[in-house]
Amino acid sequence: MKINGVAAVTGVAFTLLSTTSSFAVTEISWWHAMTGANNEVVEQLSKEFNESQSDYKVVPVFKGTYPETLNAGIAAFRAKQPPTIMQVFDAGTGTMMAAEGAIKPVADVLAMGDKPFDKSQYLPGIVSYYSKPDGTMLSFPYNSSSPILYYNKDIFQKAGLDVDNPPKTWNEVWEAARKIKSSGAAPCGFTSTWLTWIHTENFAAWNDYQWGTNENGIADLNVELKINAEPFVKHFQALADLAKDGTFKYGGRTSEAKQVFLAGECGLFTESSGGLGDVVKSGMNFGTGMLPYDTESQNMIPGGASLWVFGGKSDEEYKAVAAFFNFLSQTDIQARLHQVSGYLPVTLAAYEKTKADGFYEKNPAREIPIKQMMGKAPTENSKGVRLANLPQVRDILNEEYEKMLAGDQTAQQALDNAAQRGNKAIQEALGN
Amino acid sequence: MTPRVVFPNKILPYLLLAPQLAITLIFFYWPASQALYQSMLREDPFGLKTQFVWFANFRKVLADPNYVNSLYVTVVFSVATTVVAMAVALLLAVMADKVVRGRGIYRTLLIWPYAVAPAIAGMLWLFLFNPSIGSLSYALRAMGIAWDPLLNGNQAMVLVVAAAAWKQISYNFLFFVAGLQAIPRTLIEAAAIDGAGETKRFWTIVFPLLAPTTFFLLVINTTYAFFDTFGIIHAVTGGGPGKATETLVYKVYNDGFVNLILGDSAAQSVILMAIVIALTAVQFRYVEKKVHYG
Repeated sequence: MKINGVAAVTGVAFTLLSTTSSFAVTEISWWHAMTGANNEVVEQLSKEFNESQSDYKVVPVFKGTYPETLNAGIAAFRAKQPPTIMQVFDAGTGTMMAAEGAIKPVADVLAMGDKPFDKSQYLPGIVSYYSKPDGTMLSFPYNSSSPILYYNKDIFQKAGLDVDNPPKTWNEVWEAARKIKSSGAAPCGFTSTWLTWIHTENFAAWNDYQWGTNENGIADLNVELKINAEPFVKHFQALADLAKDGTFKYGGRTSEAKQVFLAGECGLFTESSGGLGDVVKSGMNFGTGMLPYDTESQNMIPGGASLWVFGGKSDEEYKAVAAFFNFLSQTDIQARLHQVSGYLPVTLAAYEKTKADGFYEKNPAREIPIKQMMGKAPTENSKGVRLANLPQVRDILNEEYEKMLAGDQTAQQALDNAAQRGNKAIQEALGN
Repeated sequence: MTPRVVFPNKILPYLLLAPQLAITLIFFYWPASQALYQSMLREDPFGLKTQFVWFANFRKVLADPNYVNSLYVTVVFSVATTVVAMAVALLLAVMADKVVRGRGIYRTLLIWPYAVAPAIAGMLWLFLFNPSIGSLSYALRAMGIAWDPLLNGNQAMVLVVAAAAWKQISYNFLFFVAGLQAIPRTLIEAAAIDGAGETKRFWTIVFPLLAPTTFFLLVINTTYAFFDTFGIIHAVTGGGPGKATETLVYKVYNDGFVNLILGDSAAQSVILMAIVIALTAVQFRYVEKKVHYG
């Protein structure tokens, strides 16, 4: 009996000790929306960080799609149980920025770390997108991407198009698409994912057209949409006309059209640079090019997602976050992330290293999104787009685009409706 | 008529009821009151700024043309789903009732789809009718039908109605079979001897005697179409194209969880709650009485 008792006491003591020893380690949770190969990257990075030191531990938790993750974070905040770090997609940036009391700016968090925070080493286009108008960096860019043009070389060949020179302007795209359709090389000429992100927001920035007032919401969230202006109408009327005989094929509101392109149904395709992995995997004989423009190209705005830090945590936790973000910023890690996943590197050093390694000579498609983003110094039309309720406004646009593509309304009507409904929703979201 | 049973103990009945009352309070009244409270608030997604606005959210929701549209969509969707699900189930039940050999196998197979989860059922139909990869959409196109539920609102509606009805047919089938078995053979045989044909026998004897079952199923199917079809719509159309398949329940989700307008969403769910209560009241008031009239 006595021996058993001693054993039990030792056992209890041992358990207690082993749990208390983990008290020294500060745990921080990281809610994210990455699936498949990208999820493996998240797990791998967390593991490497946890093994690289013994003070902090990052615990990644998958929370569903981008909107689901954002909602889970918001619900958790309301229940006073928010995670430390949360991944939020580009469209949710305005929602997070509007919630000043809920978050802690990444600039403040990094200032609490061991290393001084040097903003200049990060890619300017990306950092400015995730900063307040006064330059305070609010979130940490994790996975950034921008839309590019993909084309099926076999279909190009059959249609008698130049396999090595993809179309550069939208007019050339419409022409090539018609040729693909009329020559019978493929049942459809052109398809695209994300008509909102690619053909509205990036279309505006890339051509230096105004999307909304107040620098598209970057200067102030009180935005009036300008998307029913002539260049947008012309662009969408062209799409609607091509949709009539199936030269343009609509796939869905988000990434669904990728399947259409991968099935070899369409010759031309616009999609995020982050979709490159799936196109490579499909074994298709494909080429890539910059996103087409109307007459002259400006620069593109970053898409993808960034990492936000919730407020109300202990100093220890913020130190852990700072250490983790410094770990992520290391040139080797960034260069590897960029080369493996197709995301843009966050730091200039990582870009230079990848370039010096000769990676882009073998993989030219990987440099396109960086060149697009760094093309020219951003104007007030191309710094980014930001609304307190961008996901909702995108949905409104999608609904009007769908009615237009179904032939129920013209591009002018669709964009007028979208602007009017969108502006109303923006005012409501601002509480006006 | 029924003899009145009186409990001598005054406390025991309440004690016996307590667990059930606690469950009802925690899982129904508490969330319901929360929804009611939230429906009178206007706040940002994070709940940092909250304003009590009384019934402003209700006024806003009811004045919204999109809400009226989703009400219309819900009515079309529910009527179509209920009619299709019940008509097909009745036909199958009458046919299965006639089968002599292998009756059990037919019935088992017909009941199976009920075990499929709504989201899975939605995915099955989506894969069959997806304009790009669906095998049946190839067949439709081969027949010269321009099948594109991604852009054509009516086709999208047909697709979700078909998926929702398909899933409910088994349930209805089960009740119709039971209802048919309860009809006395003697009545049908007597009518047959009097020279009534099969169709006549069905419409004059079988169908009226099935009325209680039919009415019961009507309420159940309407409730199903209203509230339990979220998974199917979410998987198949996501409320699109345009707002062609956005039902009331889907709009609650979309406004609350995608667009983060919690006050509007709560107001809509309170309205839905009123509809459920009304439907349940109808069910208790009429169905309960009529089902046990024998």
